[in-house]
Amino acid sequence: MIRLTINGREVEAPRGSTLLQACQLNGIEIPTLCYDPDLRLAGSCRMCIVECKNRPLFLASCVAPAEEGMVIETHSDQIMQARRVILELLAARHDFSCQTCDKNGDCTFQDYCYEYGIKESSFEDGGRRIYTVDDPNPFLERDYNKCIMCTRCVRACEEITVARAINVENRGHHSKIAVAFDGYLEDSPCVFCGQCVMVCPTGALTSKVSAGQGRAFEVDRVLTTCTYCGTGCTLELNVKDDRVVGVSSNREEEWSPVNKGALCVKGRFGWDFINSPDRLTTPLIKENGEFREASWDEALDLVAQRLQEVKDQHGPDSLAMFTSARVTNEENYLAQKFTRAVLGTNNVDHCARL
Amino acid sequence: MAQEYRIVLANAGKIDPASLDDYLNAGGYKSLEKVRTMSAKELIDLVRSSKLRGRGGAGFNAGMKWGFVPETAPETYVVCNLDEGEPGTYKDRTIVEADPHLLLEGMAICAHAIRSKQGYIYCRGEYPFVVDHLNRAIEQAKQSGQLGDFNIEVRMGGGAYVCGEETALIESIEGHRGEPRFKPPFPGVAGLWGKPTVVNNVETFANLPAIVKNGSEWFASIGSPNYPGTKVFTLTGDVVNRRPFEVPTNTTIRELIFDLGGGIPNGKAFKAVQIGGTSGAFIPEHLLDTPLDFDSMRDAGITLGTGAVFVMDETRDMVDVVTRIAKFFEHESCGKCNPCREGTFRSYELMKKIKTGQATPSDVENLSTLSKVMTKACLCGLGQAAPTPILTTLEHFSDDYKRRLLAAIS
Ligand SMILES: Cc1cc2nc3c(=O)[nH]c(=O)nc-3n(C[C@H](O)[C@H](O)[C@H](O)COP(=O)(O)O)c2cc1C
Ligand code: SF4
Ligand code: SF4
Ligand code: SF4
Ligand code: SF4
Ligand code: FES
Repeated sequence: MIRLTINGREVEAPRGSTLLQACQLNGIEIPTLCYDPDLRLAGSCRMCIVECKNRPLFLASCVAPAEEGMVIETHSDQIMQARRVILELLAARHDFSCQTCDKNGDCTFQDYCYEYGIKESSFEDGGRRIYTVDDPNPFLERDYNKCIMCTRCVRACEEITVARAINVENRGHHSKIAVAFDGYLEDSPCVFCGQCVMVCPTGALTSKVSAGQGRAFEVDRVLTTCTYCGTGCTLELNVKDDRVVGVSSNREEEWSPVNKGALCVKGRFGWDFINSPDRLTTPLIKENGEFREASWDEALDLVAQRLQEVKDQHGPDSLAMFTSARVTNEENYLAQKFTRAVLGTNNVDHCARL
Repeated sequence: MAQEYRIVLANAGKIDPASLDDYLNAGGYKSLEKVRTMSAKELIDLVRSSKLRGRGGAGFNAGMKWGFVPETAPETYVVCNLDEGEPGTYKDRTIVEADPHLLLEGMAICAHAIRSKQGYIYCRGEYPFVVDHLNRAIEQAKQSGQLGDFNIEVRMGGGAYVCGEETALIESIEGHRGEPRFKPPFPGVAGLWGKPTVVNNVETFANLPAIVKNGSEWFASIGSPNYPGTKVFTLTGDVVNRRPFEVPTNTTIRELIFDLGGGIPNGKAFKAVQIGGTSGAFIPEHLLDTPLDFDSMRDAGITLGTGAVFVMDETRDMVDVVTRIAKFFEHESCGKCNPCREGTFRSYELMKKIKTGQATPSDVENLSTLSKVMTKACLCGLGQAAPTPILTTLEHFSDDYKRRLLAAIS
């Protein structure tokens, strides 16, 4: 343990902590934009700056090691002013359209603008660059008019998904997030996992599938397991008025031990089948090449009867059961039990084994 | 009358830079031979006690920097910073063109201290002829066995000013975007490819052979005690002798400009001098008696920087000059951190507004606040120093601003 003084209070922190960790451990909140505990450190947004006695420069607390005897101020007038200037600089390039933004109410940038009282920017005289919002993929909306250049998306794409589809293009004020040659995501190595959406602190990256259907404060988040494959990723179904309107990540290891919030394209964007009108909700029986609706009892009787006929005529090994990762473990257990005990064959397999 | 004193330019003009024999006849590579009889620790102590401080801008004690490299590190690198992107600076090119083996010997001395087998020279992209010149010298030194098992490669920059910053330079050698890393860790602990690396400026390395030869006391006794030795300054702008001068560090700015530089041409009066490169402070007449050493300059609120000396006569308008400088930084910001990426852009906008007579006093106030924040909040030296010309001209030449403001005009 080392001892240091933060905002006039003597506190302790484990050796090797950053100043941010030391603050968090001691209940002191520091604003961060580029910091993400699961990603490589960037130290670039400079929102987390603090003052340290006898150091001429501010320290970015997310990357500055906490040292014995440091005397730190996290919310001094100087620091508050610097954070305000940084937010105003970002605000000057930001398209504030909170009314229609899917991130409204769940946006770190909005939160800080509120907290630091940024109504308008003193730097917007020269106007802001306008980025076209044009990417024809069906999943991801990229609106760099709302981007604050924290590069969390770049790091998530590289470190979690290892797709390296996006990076920073150009320099200085001209820099922006782009795929190679500033093209479309679908022409890049992007796999549409949406990890970039998960980490984006603003509305620059959002889901096209959920667009306009419900903001964070309107939905209930139901923790569940993805039904698509045997990996069993944890996700949250966003439910509004009894309809699933989106999927969000739960990044806490305790709740999401398998995937820590990371998902694939199916889990993150492939949930709209739940309310699809094309979905079968009644059994159908085919007669003379045409389907007709039937009751569950009638359909199950028919299946049982046909299985019995095949088994009687050709023996139990003429039957096989192939099960799906889309159903639960319990259902899969029942399926193999049924195959072995009722049908009398060991011909049972599962798609996750392929 | 101030005099030149040559250490790093001692051979300049006296030997044929393309000839290894000339260098050997002038006593070249003798110091390297000598350090091979010394332990790494003895060598580091020698350099530390000579008080040689980095000539690339930050003024850090070179021996101390080498001392950060862990003794047990199996792989270490020596990197020479020849990016020289600072407009108005051409001292490193001057040294290397005149005496390339001096640099190679200096790097090999450092290699002995940190047990390195591999060195890199990161050469400014606009100096392709220097690359050829260096490669020839490296080949000669290798062929004749002077460098022992120390290998040196030249890498070329792509023209980005920020790649002169040591960690951006390392990223660039590694093949990444030229963006600075946050520090710590410092390169001495985790540098090139994550291995302990010493990055020094050309002029720093070029001082080593003489220090090894003549001893640390000799060096420490030249110039100012806290920043001893000589410094090469390159004069540009409204000054008679626009060329490099190597002078002891206790020479004053006035002596440099008026004695050696020959003063202001065409009978004009002095107005300002910017020292240290584009991000240097603008210095008015009353500070001209400051000695040209790091600490004296710092105490006067000036950074010594790279040794560029840009003189301006009475006809120059500070707002014009600073607007151009603001444009330079808007162009050269790497874009990694918010205060610099957005700040250099907005500073340039505000300077243009002032220059075209459309600004109000509150615009100047904004510019000044922004500048002060950038100085303390930016990630690397580029953004931290970019506002210096604005802040120092606001301080010393405020009339040039006031004349342009809307309120003053109407
Ligand atoms: C934006 C920027 C540009 C720099 N450019 C150079 C340069 O061109 N040459 C140089 O030697 N140092 C340059 N530096 C300083 C280096 O980061 C580093 O401090 C220096 O190379 C260390 O060498 P020294 O200790 O021998 O001075 C630059 C620093 C910054 C922040
Ligand atoms: S990204 Fe945030 S601040 Fe920007 S419009 Fe959306 S909610 Fe508002
Ligand atoms: S969706 Fe996944 S692969 Fe595509 S850019 Fe985002 S993180 Fe990278
Ligand atoms: S798109 Fe989002 S995550 Fe990526 S840099 Fe912009 S704000 Fe950050
Ligand atoms: S200060 Fe400027 S050059 Fe340095 S890291 Fe920040 S954006 Fe890049
Ligand atoms: S959170 Fe520390 S610099 Fe961005």
